[in-house]
Amino acid sequence: MKNMARFYFDHASTTELDPRVKKAMEPYWEKKFGNPSSIYAEGREAKAAIETARKTIADLISARPEEIIFTAGGTESDNLAILGGVRGHRMSSRTSDVPTPHVITLKIEHHAVLRPIEELEKKGLIRAAYLDVDKNGLIDLAEFRKSLTENTILVSIGYANNEIGVIQPIAEISKIIRKFKKEIIFHTDACQAASYLEMNVQKLGVDLMAVNGSKIYGPKGIGFLYARNGIKLEPILYGGGQEKGIRSGTENVPAIVGLAEAFRLVQEQRKKESARLIKIRDFIISELQKKIPEVVLNGHPTKRLPNNVSLSVLNAEGESMVLYLDAKGIAASTGSACTSESLEPSHVIMALGLAFEYAHGSLRFTLGRKNTKKDAEYLIKTLPPIVEKLRQMSPAKFSRKK
Amino acid sequence: MKHKTTKADVEDKGANACWYYSDLVKEHFFHPRNFLKKDPGPGKFDAEGEVGNFKCGDIMRMWIKVEPKTEKIKDLKWRTFGCGPAIASTSAFSEMVLAKGGLSIKEALKIKPGEVVKKLGGVPSRKIHCSVMADLAFKKAVENYYKKAKK
Repeated sequence: MKNMARFYFDHASTTELDPRVKKAMEPYWEKKFGNPSSIYAEGREAKAAIETARKTIADLISARPEEIIFTAGGTESDNLAILGGVRGHRMSSRTSDVPTPHVITLKIEHHAVLRPIEELEKKGLIRAAYLDVDKNGLIDLAEFRKSLTENTILVSIGYANNEIGVIQPIAEISKIIRKFKKEIIFHTDACQAASYLEMNVQKLGVDLMAVNGSKIYGPKGIGFLYARNGIKLEPILYGGGQEKGIRSGTENVPAIVGLAEAFRLVQEQRKKESARLIKIRDFIISELQKKIPEVVLNGHPTKRLPNNVSLSVLNAEGESMVLYLDAKGIAASTGSACTSESLEPSHVIMALGLAFEYAHGSLRFTLGRKNTKKDAEYLIKTLPPIVEKLRQMSPAKFSRKK
Repeated sequence: MKHKTTKADVEDKGANACWYYSDLVKEHFFHPRNFLKKDPGPGKFDAEGEVGNFKCGDIMRMWIKVEPKTEKIKDLKWRTFGCGPAIASTSAFSEMVLAKGGLSIKEALKIKPGEVVKKLGGVPSRKIHCSVMADLAFKKAVENYYKKAKK
């Protein structure tokens, strides 16, 4: 057990740190430790490092350096976009009797997007629309167009979903928004997309975009929010006024340097790596469906991230499968109720219009840089007997044919 | 067989509740006792009972064979759909009932979920309510047994 090889298939959860990123960060722990706000040499050196990082990131997404705000990760970036965007709108309206602002999002969004929207809604500060997706997890553009109102101030739609990997047509959504009303803020959570997809904000047509380090072979606890010039954001943290006053707190210099280097590396390799992973992804999907009866793919078969395999294995419970896989050296995740904090099944799988049975039996394998076809073969060999055993143990015989 | 037990979190530590399972939970989960492999032929068991549903994510079914005079449980088999503790607790419960040549119905009905949890060296508390349901499945099977016996 101790020396068993591990097969890590949970890169949507987090990635290992790229050694090149670690190397880039190295000087900023001990040698170049200054506070970027200080005027003397140590401070200037740290300031230069974060400004270089800012420029690197801005260039990669065709933005201006001043449009990049460093945060403590994806959750903070999403919260800043939503809470900051809504509060910014309220602050900029001159009269007090403005109509309640309207926010649009999708039912399958990450909790870092849904929870702040729900909070604002509960407090009566906004009205919110949570749009359905189709059975493939894609937005219905006609329905989206219809949901836009005169009071809509913000739209938040994730670029690629964390559970089912489905990629939304961000540029098309942007065109629909702009045609309707120019001033609506369009935010996208791009945390899962950053390693594999086009991140040019001009092409995407977004005003706000959240990215974090821990999904792109960078450090944890760091991220950025792209905020187009002219978008009024109210801070959610107040203090020393760093990051143009939008995000107070001494900058996490080593992590910022690491984030920029990690983002540069994944973007540099994204096309080649995507092509490599798509082959392995599709191999796993087709082989597992061949070897295990009653397995369905969650999410669109091609409009999905190159590294995402999301399956529902009927009559086998997710947590049990994850534990059995773990014992065989495989790391994977599930949307089963049993593993969630709330003991509720995945809201994403449920939003696909499927029965509970599908969420309880959901399994997610997300590939990464070190995964090879050989790893995939091991997975394909290991999962079927586990499913067979659990199904043998199960009194339930749910069939999708029913 | 001797088991080394690690301390599992019996107490709920709130939002950061730990998901580690004790060695005993793992032992029962990976090597479940008394689960029903093949669908039983007629007369193999006297009664059966099921609890849970797909909505909550755990389903348990239990079959019992009873010695009519003594009302001793001669055999008990089960099937469970659910998480680690759901499977492990049913397995542990079946061992408790079948210990010493089988408890009587009356004795077996006295087994509380807490005793099953204890036998497993602890289960994360949030999981007890939804997963440790073997006693309820057993109760259903006993009801089914008496209903049949009356007829």
